[in-house]
Amino acid sequence: MELWQAFVQILHTLIPWLDGTVASILIILIKAIALVMPLMLVVAYFTYAERKVIGYMQLRIGPNRVGPKGWLQPIADALKLMTKEIIFPTKANIYLFLLAPVLAIAPAIAVWAVIPFDEGIYVTNLDISLLYVLAIGSIGVYGIILAGWASNSKYPLLGALRSASLLVSYEIVIGFALVTVVMIAGSANLNTIVQAQQGGIVHWYFIPLFPMMIIFFISALVETNRAPFDVVEGESEIVGGTHVEYSGMTFAVFFLAEYANMILMAVLAVVMFFGGWHSPFEAIPYFENVFAWVPGIIWLLAKTTFFMFLYLWVRATFPRFRYDQIMHLSWKVFLPITIIWIFVVALMTRLQLGPWF
Amino acid sequence: MIKKLSKLIKDFTLNELRTGLKITAKELVNKKITVQFPEERTPISPRFRGLHALRRYPNGEERCIACKLCEAVCPANAITIESEMRDDGTRRTIQYDIDLFKCIFCGFCEEACPVDAIIETQIFDYVFESRQGSIMTKERLLEVGSQNEQAINQAKLEDAKYK
Repeated sequence: MELWQAFVQILHTLIPWLDGTVASILIILIKAIALVMPLMLVVAYFTYAERKVIGYMQLRIGPNRVGPKGWLQPIADALKLMTKEIIFPTKANIYLFLLAPVLAIAPAIAVWAVIPFDEGIYVTNLDISLLYVLAIGSIGVYGIILAGWASNSKYPLLGALRSASLLVSYEIVIGFALVTVVMIAGSANLNTIVQAQQGGIVHWYFIPLFPMMIIFFISALVETNRAPFDVVEGESEIVGGTHVEYSGMTFAVFFLAEYANMILMAVLAVVMFFGGWHSPFEAIPYFENVFAWVPGIIWLLAKTTFFMFLYLWVRATFPRFRYDQIMHLSWKVFLPITIIWIFVVALMTRLQLGPWF
Repeated sequence: MIKKLSKLIKDFTLNELRTGLKITAKELVNKKITVQFPEERTPISPRFRGLHALRRYPNGEERCIACKLCEAVCPANAITIESEMRDDGTRRTIQYDIDLFKCIFCGFCEEACPVDAIIETQIFDYVFESRQGSIMTKERLLEVGSQNEQAINQAKLEDAKYK
């Protein structure tokens, strides 16, 4: 934060005619760019990692032609998508058709505003940031539904309907799973939640909330339309779902939104259950000092990377669920478990069990 | 009852999911089996039936005597032959065309040939850049033959003991 203050100072001395409003808008813009640009880069290389990891798991090599070891593949993909023609279906509503990808990506990026990357490193510090994450996160589905509707085509519409019903079912489960964290931490502020997990690996919430952590991860797979729950796209059933009529950059934006959401869910899992920026070596006598120099953001990113890898691992392993099985999983398995666990957590909190409360 | 209970426990400990994840994790570090095509190639049988070639005798004389057996046996009618008497009294082709769009690469022409003139090489990665390019003329077939003479002889040698 001192660094940030110094940067603001320098900005003021360099451009003295800046008054308060303009300067603050400029600072907000810089913050946004500092967040979004690395995010987009990570998304691009996440697609590369996905192709590599899944390829390796299928005994293939994956992309290795563009640049050394295929490192320039995402850049080539981006250039290709940018230069491709955008085709509008004849009877589609063009305004809605173009609004849909915007509605998909805007929430996917906006949610990142409240994610704490390190002690004091965040774009904004909301007191109800968890509620903000859940609320803005669910707006993303409007993009998909609108895409399905505006395409004026049958498979996109089917995909949109599936997406809507999945979201309704799993938003509840995710909400309940995260409520248990709020119950333990006593706050809906992501910063406070991470701070409450201070004091070594045993203080992280994944220990008392292990079932919730698993349920949250599986629900996150559904929320982000990832395999094995990618019925919204469902290539073998409905061709490509909501993406059928989209091409070129409009498709790329949907793609970006999906992957930004995936990374967000990985970060959220880390923040809620795995101690955010805290080092796993905290309170372990010797290692604590050895790793004391590592900044918190590195730990956060390392943990997030693990969860992102888990997404790819799961995708490479499991076949797609049938639609009614996904619904069954939500309403008849996850929801009862989460509700029971809420009572268990309430009891644990009341009895002051363990180091978490 | 016990069965039901054990199934319940297995389901809730994600038993089968973990088995699946273990397998993919193992394959992640296993040796990859991809063949990097233009640099590496899979082994090809000496009997592989690829692009056609017309051969010559070691003294440079072309083998084909325009008997037209290949034209007769070709099930796809892909071969067209015109012949004429040459100055020294031998019969030779003046036109020998194989339409590769018609050809089904059955290898009958190779089997029918009494002088081993027309053969199918192991070449399978070739392109035409125009529609006319699909018709292999006599000159191009002889060119393929002379360019790949060694490979053709090698393949014939390897296959000889099975004939």
